[in-house]
Amino acid sequence: MRETLKHLRKSPWSARFGLLVVGFYVFVAIFGPLLTPYGESEIVGFEYEPWGAEFLLGTDNLGRDMLTRLIYGARNTIGIAFLTTLLAFLIGCVAGFLAAVVGGWTEQGISRVNDILMAIPQLIFALLILTIAGTSIPVLVVVIAVLDSTRVYRLARAVAMNIVVMDYVEVARLRGEGLWWIMRSEVLPNALPPLVAEFGLRFCFVFLLLSALSFLGLGIQPPTADWGSMVRDNATLITFGDFTPILPAASIALLTIGVNFIVDWLLHKSSGLKDG
Amino acid sequence: MGSESSAREPLLTMTGLRIEGQAGEEWHEIVHGVDVVLHRGEVLGLIGESGAGKSTIGLAAMGFARPGCRLTGGDIVFDGVELRSAPRDHNRALRGARIAYVAQSAAAAFNPAHRLIDQFTEAPVRHRVKSRAAAEADAKDLYGRLRLPEPEKIGYRYPHQVSGGQLQRAMVAMAMACRPDLIVFDEPTTALDVTTQIEVLAAVKDVIRQLDTAAIYISHDLAVVAQMADRIMVLRHGNLVEEGTSDSIVNRPEQEYTQRLLAVRTYRKPVAEPAQEEPLLRIEGIAARYRRSARVLEGVDLDIGRQRTVAIVGESGSGKSTLARVVTGLLPPEEGRLVFDGDVLAPALARRPREQLRRLQMIHQMPDTALNPRQRTRDIIGRPLTFYSGLHGRGREDRVRELLTMVELEPEEFIDRYPAELSGGQKQRVCIARALAAEPDLIICDEVTSALDQLVAERVLQLLQRLQDELGVSYMFITHDFATVRAISDEIVVMFQGRIVEQGARNDVLTPPHHEYTDLLLSSVPEMKIGWLDRTLAARAKQETGGDEASKRGIPTAHS
Repeated sequence: MRETLKHLRKSPWSARFGLLVVGFYVFVAIFGPLLTPYGESEIVGFEYEPWGAEFLLGTDNLGRDMLTRLIYGARNTIGIAFLTTLLAFLIGCVAGFLAAVVGGWTEQGISRVNDILMAIPQLIFALLILTIAGTSIPVLVVVIAVLDSTRVYRLARAVAMNIVVMDYVEVARLRGEGLWWIMRSEVLPNALPPLVAEFGLRFCFVFLLLSALSFLGLGIQPPTADWGSMVRDNATLITFGDFTPILPAASIALLTIGVNFIVDWLLHKSSGLKDG
Repeated sequence: MGSESSAREPLLTMTGLRIEGQAGEEWHEIVHGVDVVLHRGEVLGLIGESGAGKSTIGLAAMGFARPGCRLTGGDIVFDGVELRSAPRDHNRALRGARIAYVAQSAAAAFNPAHRLIDQFTEAPVRHRVKSRAAAEADAKDLYGRLRLPEPEKIGYRYPHQVSGGQLQRAMVAMAMACRPDLIVFDEPTTALDVTTQIEVLAAVKDVIRQLDTAAIYISHDLAVVAQMADRIMVLRHGNLVEEGTSDSIVNRPEQEYTQRLLAVRTYRKPVAEPAQEEPLLRIEGIAARYRRSARVLEGVDLDIGRQRTVAIVGESGSGKSTLARVVTGLLPPEEGRLVFDGDVLAPALARRPREQLRRLQMIHQMPDTALNPRQRTRDIIGRPLTFYSGLHGRGREDRVRELLTMVELEPEEFIDRYPAELSGGQKQRVCIARALAAEPDLIICDEVTSALDQLVAERVLQLLQRLQDELGVSYMFITHDFATVRAISDEIVVMFQGRIVEQGARNDVLTPPHHEYTDLLLSSVPEMKIGWLDRTLAARAKQETGGDEASKRGIPTAHS
């Protein structure tokens, strides 16, 4: 804990800004229901009401409070994106470490399947599967996680390749350790720094993909609030010079920038040879 | 300063040299005010263990500090010009042209994408010393003088197409290209086998004598430096310990530290009679190859008795490490079998029961890579205890402390450390403790001391010996270093190109008459005597007039 604080004190302003932004988002996401004056999909006024005392950021195309939906959107979108990234890393890391540790035909097999998945443009592939399998949230999470795990696999395998040639892995093999021990205790702790940094980046991509799918109508389904579909639903307002629809988009952008600042800092730290 | 007076003045004077190195965010002084004087045509030896600052001082002679180092004090005067205050362009014009550098690993210092001769000609052409054609002609001349095979053609090869010893000589030729006044040799033979080392040493010595070049020769091996240098400086922790002519340093050392460096390698294990019982490990007719390669082991038979140390000696490419891989089960053999305590061992690791794995442990060459950097000493040593003996909690903790005490590490101090917080010798001790945790009958030691400084290595060898006396383990000791062999072995097995050429009790193998190859190996080990190199070479020349001895006998030329 004290280590972490020490690192924090030495962090650059960009990383602090990123931490502040992400911390704020997480706070809002967790305490959303307490912060909002109205229910998530409660119709409280007329359509497209302007900003005012009653509706701080006005209302949307159905007369729901914009601020309320923004806050709930944070909750839904961030939560689902986080879950998806976690799943993607679980799949990617297990497959990547397995390929590196076992090698041979196992590695060839996993790698070629991975290549096939990567050869198809991600968004189009996701659209295709979601149209077939439906757009419930579990399906959404699994489909995006599997598609994203291909990138994680590449990195995890490459990092693990450099680790499995070390003598300490040979020592573990000679001791008779099983595959799972080698992956978890010998490879994972040493592969962690680049993977953590990648986690931040992939989270952004998943987040953007999720928002893009929602914008296209195949992501999180109404009436659940989410930033991608909020942009789409209220897009017409822009033609009247009102920039309210920009707000969800700006929320996405701000979070992405914040996460990237943190990732930059972590990458910089993990690339330095100074830290053991 | 006129050129006439400069002939008598020293070529290089460094006074009060101070250098700082960066550790984390902080700078620490690593060289504390060292004075160096070098005259024209003189060879100065810098000797010391790792961390002595010898390479840093060598580079400072060029007015250069490695990234992460900085020159903070003192004057570096080369041929009348102070280099620290001299303009960048002046120093740049100097380097390569008047001061050259020969790195420890030629394989890493050559650009693999260009031919040797292209890299040779780069410096003279760039410094406008010679035309490209003249430089090429010169390269061939120097290759010949350095006794490289086919000096006319070898320059047109790429670095990976020549052997390690040849590459090192090509690098010396490259350093000579502009006929510099000073060459800094930074451990040029450390990565080479003894038989290759002696060739490189002889060639280098000849050429610097012929061209009357001054040199700084850096090494951790006093026996090597004594052959090359006129004068020796002994360094420790960035300070000068002792300075004198090679003769006085080797024969009349004044400082205690120098005496210890000289006394290194004098440890001898007492002769023990072999017990007439069934050997612990019997290796029968082993032949092995790596995928699709030629055979690297052929018909290897040997026995390892209980509480015995069998040294497997050979140069790189002799198959000694492959034999270790076969014994551990990492490389299943094509032919032959292994009998361990009466049971036939399964060829592949995965087929061996845990109990057999426990009884056969291995200690690796590089302690840096053999310890997981993310595990503390407690977990490194504790894991085999849990894995083999099912120890947990208090019992495991106590045993770890016991093992640390056995390898002479203070448990309180070391149990919570990460490998990065240990020195090389301490790391190797942790590796030994980890092997002992399994309570093995046989430990395979793969060059366990070659990555360590000599004084540290000696103590590790003594530790291994003490453990053998106390615990009765057997060692299969793989090494290329005869000093280690002399110190620790009961029996010696000499390997060459995947076959055993000679084996027997230590004193039988080490006393003449030797097998021809054993003789070559033994006579190539540098001795701590002035003039050893010249005498050995003279003796060899007499024995077989002319020709490259090693290549005649088909000694493998491995890429290092």
